[in-house]
Amino acid sequence: MNVNQSIPPVPPFGQPQPVYPGYHQSSYSGQSGSTAPAIPYGAYNGPVPGYQQTLPQGISRAPPSSGAPPASTAQAACGQVAYGQFGQGDVQNGPSSTVQMQRLPGSQPFGSPLAPVGSQPAVLQPYGPPPTSAQVTAQLAGMQISGAVAPAPPSSGLGYGPPTSLASASGSFPNSGLYGSYPQGQASPVSQAQGHPRIQTPQRSAPSQASSFTPPASGGPRLPSMTGPLLPGQGFGGPSVSQPNHVSSPPPQALPPGTQITGPLGPPPPMHSPQQPGYQPQQNGSFGSTRGPQPNYGSPYPAAPTFGSQPGPPQPLPPKRLDPDAIPSPQLNELPPQQKTRHRIDPDAIPSPIQVIEDDRNNRGTEPFVTGVRGQVPPLVTTNFLVKDQGNASPRYIRCTSYNIPCTSDMAKQAQVPLAAVIKPLARLPPDEASPYVVDHGESGPLRCNRCKAYMCPFMQFIEGGRRFQCCFCSCINDVPPQYFQHLDHTGKRVDAYDRPELSLGSYEFLATVDYCKNNKFPSPPAFIFMIDVSYNAIRTGLVRLLCEELKSLLDFLPREGGAEESAIRVGFVTYNKVLHFYNVKSSLAQPQMMVVSDVADMFVPLLDGFLVNVNESRAVITSLLDQIPEMFADTRETETVFVPVIQAGMEALKAAECAGKLFLFHTSLPIAEAPGKLKNRDDRKLINTDKEKTLFQPQTGAYQTLAKECVAQGCCIDLFLFPNQYVDVATLSVVPQLTGGSVYKYACFQVENDQERFLSDLRRDVQKVVGFDAVMRVRTSTGIRAVDFFGAFYMSNTTDVELAGLDGDKTVTVEFKHDDRLNEESGALLQCALLYTSCAGQRRLRIHNLALNCCTQLADLYRNCETDTLINYMAKFAYRGVLNSPVKAVRDTLITQCAQILACYRKNCASPSSAGQLILPECMKLLPVYLNCVLKSDVLQPGAEVTTDDRAYVRQLVTSMDVAETNVFFYPRLLPLTKSPIESTTEPPAVRASEERLSNGDMYLLENGLNLFLWVGASVQQGVVQSLFSVSSFSQITSGLSVLPVLDNPLSKKVRGLIDSLRAQRSRYMKLIVVKQEDKLEMLFKHFLVEDKSLSGGASYVDFLCHMHKEIRQLLS
Amino acid sequence: MATYLEFIQQNEEQDGVRFSWNVWPSSRLEATRMVVPLACLLTPLKERPDLPPVQYEPVLCSRPTCKACNVDVPALIELFPSFQFPPAYGGISEVNQPAELMPQFSTIEYMIQRGAQSPLIFLYVVDTCLEEDDLQALKESLQMSLSLLPPDALVGLITFGRMVQVHELSCEGISKSYVFRGTKDLTAKQIQDMLGLTKPAMPMQQARPAQPQEHPFVSSRFLQPVHKIDMNLTDLLGELQRDPWPVTQGKRPLRSTGVALSIAVGLLEGTFPNTGARIMLFTGGPPTQGPGMVVGDELKIPIRSWHDIEKDNARFMKKATKHYEMLASRTAANGHCIDIYACALDQTGLLEMKCCANLTGGYMVMGDSFNTSLFKQTFQRIFTKDFNGDFRMAFGATLDVKTSRELKIAGAIGPCVSLNVKGPCVSENELGVGGTSQWKICGLDPTSTLGIYFEVVNQHNAPIPQGGRGAIQFVTHYQHSSTQRRIRVTTIARNWADAQTQLRHIEAAFDQEAAAVLMARLGVFRAESEEGPDVLRWLDRQLIRLCQKFGQYNKEDSASFRLSDSFSLYPQFMFHLRRSPFLQVFNNSPDESSYYRHHFARQDLTQSLIMIQPILYSYSFHGPPEPVLLDSSSILADRILLMDTFFQIVIYLGETIAQWRKAGYQDMPEYENFKHLLQAPLDDAQEILQARFPMPRYINTEHGGSQARFLLSKVNPSQTHNNLYAWGQETGAPILTDDVSLQVFMDHLKKLAVSSAC
Repeated sequence: MNVNQSIPPVPPFGQPQPVYPGYHQSSYSGQSGSTAPAIPYGAYNGPVPGYQQTLPQGISRAPPSSGAPPASTAQAACGQVAYGQFGQGDVQNGPSSTVQMQRLPGSQPFGSPLAPVGSQPAVLQPYGPPPTSAQVTAQLAGMQISGAVAPAPPSSGLGYGPPTSLASASGSFPNSGLYGSYPQGQASPVSQAQGHPRIQTPQRSAPSQASSFTPPASGGPRLPSMTGPLLPGQGFGGPSVSQPNHVSSPPPQALPPGTQITGPLGPPPPMHSPQQPGYQPQQNGSFGSTRGPQPNYGSPYPAAPTFGSQPGPPQPLPPKRLDPDAIPSPQLNELPPQQKTRHRIDPDAIPSPIQVIEDDRNNRGTEPFVTGVRGQVPPLVTTNFLVKDQGNASPRYIRCTSYNIPCTSDMAKQAQVPLAAVIKPLARLPPDEASPYVVDHGESGPLRCNRCKAYMCPFMQFIEGGRRFQCCFCSCINDVPPQYFQHLDHTGKRVDAYDRPELSLGSYEFLATVDYCKNNKFPSPPAFIFMIDVSYNAIRTGLVRLLCEELKSLLDFLPREGGAEESAIRVGFVTYNKVLHFYNVKSSLAQPQMMVVSDVADMFVPLLDGFLVNVNESRAVITSLLDQIPEMFADTRETETVFVPVIQAGMEALKAAECAGKLFLFHTSLPIAEAPGKLKNRDDRKLINTDKEKTLFQPQTGAYQTLAKECVAQGCCIDLFLFPNQYVDVATLSVVPQLTGGSVYKYACFQVENDQERFLSDLRRDVQKVVGFDAVMRVRTSTGIRAVDFFGAFYMSNTTDVELAGLDGDKTVTVEFKHDDRLNEESGALLQCALLYTSCAGQRRLRIHNLALNCCTQLADLYRNCETDTLINYMAKFAYRGVLNSPVKAVRDTLITQCAQILACYRKNCASPSSAGQLILPECMKLLPVYLNCVLKSDVLQPGAEVTTDDRAYVRQLVTSMDVAETNVFFYPRLLPLTKSPIESTTEPPAVRASEERLSNGDMYLLENGLNLFLWVGASVQQGVVQSLFSVSSFSQITSGLSVLPVLDNPLSKKVRGLIDSLRAQRSRYMKLIVVKQEDKLEMLFKHFLVEDKSLSGGASYVDFLCHMHKEIRQLLS
Repeated sequence: MATYLEFIQQNEEQDGVRFSWNVWPSSRLEATRMVVPLACLLTPLKERPDLPPVQYEPVLCSRPTCKACNVDVPALIELFPSFQFPPAYGGISEVNQPAELMPQFSTIEYMIQRGAQSPLIFLYVVDTCLEEDDLQALKESLQMSLSLLPPDALVGLITFGRMVQVHELSCEGISKSYVFRGTKDLTAKQIQDMLGLTKPAMPMQQARPAQPQEHPFVSSRFLQPVHKIDMNLTDLLGELQRDPWPVTQGKRPLRSTGVALSIAVGLLEGTFPNTGARIMLFTGGPPTQGPGMVVGDELKIPIRSWHDIEKDNARFMKKATKHYEMLASRTAANGHCIDIYACALDQTGLLEMKCCANLTGGYMVMGDSFNTSLFKQTFQRIFTKDFNGDFRMAFGATLDVKTSRELKIAGAIGPCVSLNVKGPCVSENELGVGGTSQWKICGLDPTSTLGIYFEVVNQHNAPIPQGGRGAIQFVTHYQHSSTQRRIRVTTIARNWADAQTQLRHIEAAFDQEAAAVLMARLGVFRAESEEGPDVLRWLDRQLIRLCQKFGQYNKEDSASFRLSDSFSLYPQFMFHLRRSPFLQVFNNSPDESSYYRHHFARQDLTQSLIMIQPILYSYSFHGPPEPVLLDSSSILADRILLMDTFFQIVIYLGETIAQWRKAGYQDMPEYENFKHLLQAPLDDAQEILQARFPMPRYINTEHGGSQARFLLSKVNPSQTHNNLYAWGQETGAPILTDDVSLQVFMDHLKKLAVSSAC
């Protein structure tokens, strides 16, 4: 999508009109006379590929920017394009029933350009044979197609291969024909090329060409059929053409296409046909990766040529889709009755997350995501992609729910789509992406707007020959300080723009001056304090011994700055039960000294010198200490512990040392010893589903909040490792970590043998990860919107500043925006997130992330540029916070209502008219229902009988700071079949949907959600497989609940273990493996994560929920 | 009189008792007219190499209300006519008399076999806010002291600065300590809870089940036998660091003396109540935070002076004093004592803390630095041993005084606290600490001396038969340093005399030295609570009345005034007492006053007299050293003077001598005699230094030296710039003072004594 969008934006206006005509023509022609156009394409294609390869995006972008401001139009275009694709898909679907499934996916991918790919392959294959003769024009078509739809193809291609290919082939041909017609908009082709570039590969193009050529003939027949439906679309196209500029109008039309008719309801067979049409309408082109391609091509291309126009054309296409829709709608009408009997809905017919992910991966995973263009929707979080910073922050730092913001609050209210950004300021980047440049402006410090204090960024406008600049946020005109002066070139750009990160990049860092430091003093390097519970429980489980042993080596891996030889971080140690033991580990001592503080009511730090030490200097003493701690307490009988005083002590220690830092707290039990923050066991399951349920999530006493506040003021971040045997009141204990930007880890019923690996792995990662301390984050926006709400692990003492005692690369802050004025389509909306923090070497820095979004006056634009994963992230956080204050039921209802409103608004304003019985979802939100359902049935909002209060509180606080990728997999777990793909393949096997129906009892599956990892073994798995994986001879001998796979030297074992390792590597927390056998007791646990199924706790199945949602929407509409 | 002198001396040697009157006026009225009350200085643990302790327990008078020990039976029988021999004495024969019945055993010491023996306990409370040198010296002294302790003595260590650390001594490897905030006043219960000393926490230490039989007392991790943790503690002391908390410019270090002491007291209270224990506080400065703070940490605000106190401007004093008094009384109740070793150039808050040592019988030592021999030697001397190889210290003593019915007990002044035991022999009039017949002396040594005051209650109209005797019995239960419980019983009997008919007897039996000291104690005791001038006036009036009573004179004729030999020195003592630092605070800091008074209230008669009237020896070529008058006329150019004020030893070279020494004559072989002359006082001073506790400040000065002030301030200013007749003459050195000289004092005294006005 993005790609498409990006491309379109630029050229649109100028070319649009021509395009449109072309477009229409093409489309029409596509049906009627496709051949002619083909030729021109060919020519284009030729150049296009080259383009893409060489300067794909760069070029494309360049033109856009200069070319046409009409961002909106561009978007529209994109949407249209996408739709176009869908349309194609539909077409394809039409042909083969089997294809349907695939097509659906295809349609999904639709949203993302990748989808087409899927179709392409299919196309390719089919074409393959014929290809030989294939020629340039065909290639072009193929190319284009791929560009648009590309991603999805592989998988679908395979599956559909035969049928689709045929169908597609036929379809494609016509399409190609269409393309041919498009050629008119030659200029556009370039743009198209740009748009498609990623997808297109010379090879593909070749086959496609081939296919296109030959197929046409075969396609011919189908086309007619297609045309039937399409015609109406064309009709639309007409209007659209006239409207070219009015992107808005087309969008609506397009929307219908975009909306995937989850028509799911319809019975499979009928569905197929209806769906197809349905899809077609939406995508026109996209769908048809196979067939679609052709139509799509037709459409996209035309669009492409006239970037601006593209929007137009796509729209026209949608109309065509509409026709298809019309077709489906009747079906839908028929369906409703069926819907009532839900079982009749084909689960395959409803939007599949797996397919969407796969398609996006295929479509967008191959090309870098270049951030130069405003308002681009990035690839899905599940897609691996490279980011090139060209002025906007990488999506790894900021993801928005929508990249096109309604201009007015009325619109926003109407749509009900939350406007939120999920910001991960210190996100870790893959090795091939450069971390933000550090800019040092010397004593004067970073340059800021005098009025709103925004930091210098690429969007600032230099005027008066460079002597002044106008703030892009508040429009205030500021003087440029002499030392910063630079001349402007003829475009009004500073000559040195590309030499200065703050003028050319979306993310960069400033070195802060002393003005940005506490007490106007540069901070000293931070410290880590390890605070270890040594009460009876901790000793008994072997935790203390394990931990001390580990720390000895772990201390060598404290985070360090860049190339520093050793970490600047100092360490300190405290053990505690009912009283606290501090340790003096000064390097000059022969033996560590223990200092006991029993005055827990009034905590203080007993020593200054020797408590926080450099690891290398005091290594001998520290080692000695860690050797002795387990011995010293080996005989302890003390079972009571304190909690608040421990944190207080750590905080005081940091205060005394005048530095920020982090406390690592290893705690086992409910703090019942007489001390501040003493807790009662108040766990009461009877409260569930009552109005008082919320109390279970609230802290017991205010002492924890007060303490957290003090910690934040000192820059003291707390990471809490819990090892409870029973209720420990996570809701209360996690308050401090939560408010200080720390993490909570929980290991229920910890046993060294079973949980060692998990704990140590988490610990290592937690200790080693780079952290910013004593941070303040502020999000500035351009006039018109304002950050109003914040979610995450932090503390706020006022309404704008997010204070984080510590912030690591995993922590995410979700910010919600509201309108306080009108936005301007021209200038878009800008976000600037500034994070002031102390690095792990004690350097004070400012990290700046900038992001420019588009603004729209048409709802369709909004719906076309949403990011469902981010939306879910926001909604989950919103709901999880809601349970603190409202009954869970109310929270759930709110979510459902909001979702229904969003979808209803779309249906009402953007989708083409269709029967009420038809469920129409915006393309990029088609997964909203399934994901939302997952949120609704999550443990927090709908606890099962086996879920403890602690678990719920734990999950609740975890989700609060999760990023989009984490929430995505957390709510919709990944289920990977292990034996389906050939053993040799090194890539992850394609996931299957999280439903029991998808499990084959002859296979094994890995399920992961970021916290848990299951290996499910079907009852009739081949013995050989069992043998090679578990080293036992039969299924029955497999130990249920096994947590480690034996290390065996055979390909399967290696592969599975390798896969497990790679899954773990992707997550921020170690996932302990649990082997679950089919029909075993443990399977219950496993089934809990099959989120598309009905859950034991009463959660609806996907299908049921979809029906419910549909009902809600219809109610809203009527 | 020789006989009386001998009698007094013999009594002192035998019983450690000196009475102001050795023949007692037989009626209350007469007694009050004697001016100097009937009182005695009692040295309960007077060293008696000739007194072997007996191995059995004393026999008590079987009358339940009496319970006197049956020592010196003849006296007893007089004293308590109803005395009945318990059955155990059935086998008494002429050849097998128990010691009690032999007259020379008026004092007898019993060893009690039963009861658990409790080890000695030494709890070091060490200030770490010291200069590096000081701390080092202190550490060395402490380490050294470990070798002087008996192996089974328990030691503990508390260090303090900004925080207070109680060190756990039993552990191997990691040294543990419990840390307390120095600003928070904790109750004993809290302290014990926090130290894990309360019952529920006991399981914590079940780790060492092996020892309970051996050391039933070793229940605390904080107090361990020296022999076990000798090495550990030595290392621990060695690693002791200065208080690490930063002290900014212009601030005093934060010193939590009050809390540290409180914790020490609480610790012992919880673990070893009623067992002999010494809390030894080493401090190098004033408490600056928390309860018991004496001065804030702002250096610009100086510590309180007498001036401030008079102006009621010492804002922490009352609160701090209250804190320490509370601690002292708790400590005393538990039978522990607190020593204070304060070494600093400025004051350290002894004024506020004095009660800790005063009430518990602890030592108080004041020096300039821990790195001086004054402290090092003094500290070492605490651990010296007697001829039996026992420490010269005893603990947890109870002094029980019994009197025959003509006498009542008015009170006691000394390092003791009242046990509030009322009884028939307790007077309603209090002198010193009264209202009781029993006192607790938590720490005492062979020189600890109490002044005990009595009241004759026999009415004038109920005469005592001729030759009748009054009797007093002192029973001291104490824990000997060998950890045995012992009882020392001294029984005294004196003749009654009718003051109207036998005044001369009574007069002759006046012990003016004892009387001076006893009166001085009363004066000093008053000075603690009253304004200085009032005390002086009281003393003067007493002196005048005494002179009126016992002087021989013609009315209104001061020239005719004479005092008998037994009274002749008394006015002179009073003169010097008036000038002494015990009553005069001018030129002394409050700490110094407290320090001086502390020692005055516990030293025996000889030392007390030295304190009142320093001894001055003169060395010259004209003969052997001779004691000379403490008078400015004794300061001659060709003399070397050696003055002993108890607190200071001053060697003063006369002008000529000093010049000679400067010229180096002592190095010339032909003037070897000069060398010897110079050396002689040094040797003598050394002798005194060796024996004295606490070690005096040693001052070697010469004519015109700044340190000469120590001498000049003590001598009687018979020549001043005011009486010109002595000016420039060779008879002595003028003292630049407005103080009256002894002559003037005497003149006035005579005038007042002979006048009928008062």
